[in-house]
Amino acid sequence: MKRDTYDFVIIGAGPAGLLAAHRAVSRGATVALIERNLLGGECLNTGCIPSKTIIRTSRLYAEMRHAEHFGARVPSGITVDFPLLMERMKSVRARIGRQSFSARQLTARGVDIHLGQAVFVGPTAVRVNGKSLRFRKALIATGSRPIIPEIPGLVEAGYLTNENVFDLTECPRRLLVIGGGPLGCELAQSFSRFGSQVTIVQDEPMFLLQEERDAAQILSEALARDGIDIRLNTLVVNIRVENGEKIIDLVSEGNKSTVVVDEILIGVGHQPNVEDLNLQAVGVEHDTKTGIRVDDFLCTTNSRIYAAGDVCFEHTFTHIEDASAGIVVENALFRGRKRLSALTIPWCTYTDPEIAHVGMYVREAQKKGIVVNTFTVLMHDVHRAIADGEEDGFVKISVKSGTDKILGATVVARHAGEMINDITLAMTSRIGLRRLAQVVHPYPTQAQAIKMAADAYRRTRKPRIKRRAK
Amino acid sequence: MAEQQLQSDDGLLDRFQRAAFQYFLQQTNMENGLVADRSRKDAPASIAVVGFALSCYPVAVERGWMDRAEAAARTLVTLRFFYNSEQSEAPDATGYKGFYYHFLNIKTGKRVWQSELSLVDSTFLVAGILTASCYFDESNQDETEIRDLADGLYRRMDWRWAQNGKSSVSQGWKPECGFLHYGWEGYDEAAILYVLGLASPTHPLSDDSFKEWTSTYQWENIYGYNFLYSGPLFTHEYSHAWIDFRGIQDRFMREKDCDYFENTRRAICVQQEYARRNPHEFKGYCENFWGLTASDGPGNKTLLLDGRDRHFFGYAARGVPFGPDDGTISPSLAFTSLPFTPAISLATIRHYCEQFPNITSEYRIPGAFNPTLTDAKPEGWISEGYFGLDQGMMVMMIENYRSELIWKLMQKCPYIRKGLRSAGFKNGWL
Repeated sequence: MKRDTYDFVIIGAGPAGLLAAHRAVSRGATVALIERNLLGGECLNTGCIPSKTIIRTSRLYAEMRHAEHFGARVPSGITVDFPLLMERMKSVRARIGRQSFSARQLTARGVDIHLGQAVFVGPTAVRVNGKSLRFRKALIATGSRPIIPEIPGLVEAGYLTNENVFDLTECPRRLLVIGGGPLGCELAQSFSRFGSQVTIVQDEPMFLLQEERDAAQILSEALARDGIDIRLNTLVVNIRVENGEKIIDLVSEGNKSTVVVDEILIGVGHQPNVEDLNLQAVGVEHDTKTGIRVDDFLCTTNSRIYAAGDVCFEHTFTHIEDASAGIVVENALFRGRKRLSALTIPWCTYTDPEIAHVGMYVREAQKKGIVVNTFTVLMHDVHRAIADGEEDGFVKISVKSGTDKILGATVVARHAGEMINDITLAMTSRIGLRRLAQVVHPYPTQAQAIKMAADAYRRTRKPRIKRRAK
Repeated sequence: MAEQQLQSDDGLLDRFQRAAFQYFLQQTNMENGLVADRSRKDAPASIAVVGFALSCYPVAVERGWMDRAEAAARTLVTLRFFYNSEQSEAPDATGYKGFYYHFLNIKTGKRVWQSELSLVDSTFLVAGILTASCYFDESNQDETEIRDLADGLYRRMDWRWAQNGKSSVSQGWKPECGFLHYGWEGYDEAAILYVLGLASPTHPLSDDSFKEWTSTYQWENIYGYNFLYSGPLFTHEYSHAWIDFRGIQDRFMREKDCDYFENTRRAICVQQEYARRNPHEFKGYCENFWGLTASDGPGNKTLLLDGRDRHFFGYAARGVPFGPDDGTISPSLAFTSLPFTPAISLATIRHYCEQFPNITSEYRIPGAFNPTLTDAKPEGWISEGYFGLDQGMMVMMIENYRSELIWKLMQKCPYIRKGLRSAGFKNGWL
């Protein structure tokens, strides 16, 4: 029998909501979890898990085609079995769902799950399926949804987003990807490797706008090598359908062109799910573009209500949702004073090569008046990367000039998402480059690039023997 | 090529320098002074190449390749054309707000290819105009008119408009879409743009513009060299064609205990080190075979060569060490790098003469070549014809190496001095 008063009511069963539910219930709180769609949210169903699963298959096809690069024969008759790879994706998704996001597990641990749309009906009450639930504290973790750009003809022509692209049963012969952010680049590369003729359109001069320009440059080259037609500084201005084909009109700095495709994938970003919650009624300030306003403790403008995840953050990453959910549980239920700004949050774009970043960008530091030195190691100098045939990329670690304090780092490498963890740990533990140079890394590993960067720092600090002129 | 091997360094450089200057004699429309972007048939004029031509005429006079009156006459034709050309928002005008479209019809002087009103190319043009103004300092009618026109052309450039209300400068403007929505991010060839923009007595850049630009710089340690990073080598050299950066420092360089001249030297060393390591195993690369920059290329294609997929590019801003790199190098860089790294450059020039004799024809240096593309000849693919920018840079930088002529001229230019001081440069010849 479900109760009607809880210590903690959570709206949204994505990563943030689920983790908060687990943590809160394990520490004795009574918890209600409300979800209007599927448990697991975007990450499991339409985001990280399905995309990383098909990326793995796409890498395999790329490696098979370039087998000679690795000293092997190219297998004869390589044909992409699209239904098979999608079947694997669904199987992986189901397995992870069972392991980590099962309603049965949650219920067994004492979480009451309510399926339906939540609406705030008072400062301490929310209604779902006609039932009022009272709460001591609440968490809004409703996530986000894809932004659909206003392009004439787009709706009529039909389009894919991350919400339905993983339902495809056939690989599109010609695919237009609108948007050069992480999602657009990852899926453009994957579908190209599955055999689609991919055109990617980005209205900016480079991909992954916030990343280092050299990282974006390497990615741009990688996408070009995969045969993707790259259109930077380009806008889609009109779409029409003729004889079953989608005709796309483009404009780049005043120059017009047209491409013809079979499918359109939108990857221009996400917008927070703040509608339908009746947030005004409970004094939770929000914006349909930037989401719910929270302070550094993740408290909204209503002191009983907190928010976490995509609904209030610029960066929409699952691990940030996890971390922020932990902060909310501490602060909301146990009078904690944990701050979001105290976290060191890395992120990664899972293209090939991957692009990972942690901490400040150089431009951010310099805007704050911090003088920065950057130590760069090219992956083509790393023995394991040479042996692996994975030499594209670099490790850049930036320190405050005159010190060894790590301000931030960017890694571009086949396994950058794994490598960035070394640097994140160092930053979190306040380990500088001098001490990082003393950490012994097994030889040969690609992560040795990090030690090589630290060694480069150390070489600039070592005293040199002064010789008298003869 | 045996002949080249026997020549002294100065004799060899003189031949190459004079051959490069021939470009401006052959590719200039004498009716308006416009110069073709490249030597291919029907190429449009490039305003930047015109700026280089104007800077090269004084070299030709001093070297005895052209008499002063002819150089002044050529200069005057050019300046009169720009001064009287249409400045408006019309899509086929020659310029707007004192700036000029990147590419012009060489006969009519009207905008072609829907090109952008280019701030940096207009800067190179006006740098050439100011070079002429400094050189032609006699009181006769022609040289007086050159100085008057030069000052008028410089004064009407509306740098503040080019900021579009921001601290930084846009890369350009088009009548079809307004300002291009990208600006100058990171170190590049734009130093002289900021110097001349800040010095304008009429419409200067805002005081914070240079600081805004330098806040996007990246000081990196790569291959053991600490330097202000930029990939393509031309970005480290173009501003240096006019400005002698030896011993003068802005705030950024003072903090790094370096100067922009020394920085370029290190950038060349990084290029050389990259070529020595040759991570992509391109043919030819070695310590005497380097020079990745914005250049022509074999074209966009992927070929299976020696069991390896090789992706080639057309015209692209090739750079070190992050790429793109398709095995194409620009031999002119060995010459334009002479003031910074004379020993490395001379060794490289002699290596080209010895190993790739077919890349030159009568001492003319092509835009690029790529030995990886084919086995048929050692030099592989060679860019067709010649580029005005390469030839102009060769004439100017060989001269700066030999006599420092352009640097000394521009040290006298009040606008250069004022602009450098406004950007925070101190010490040295300032």
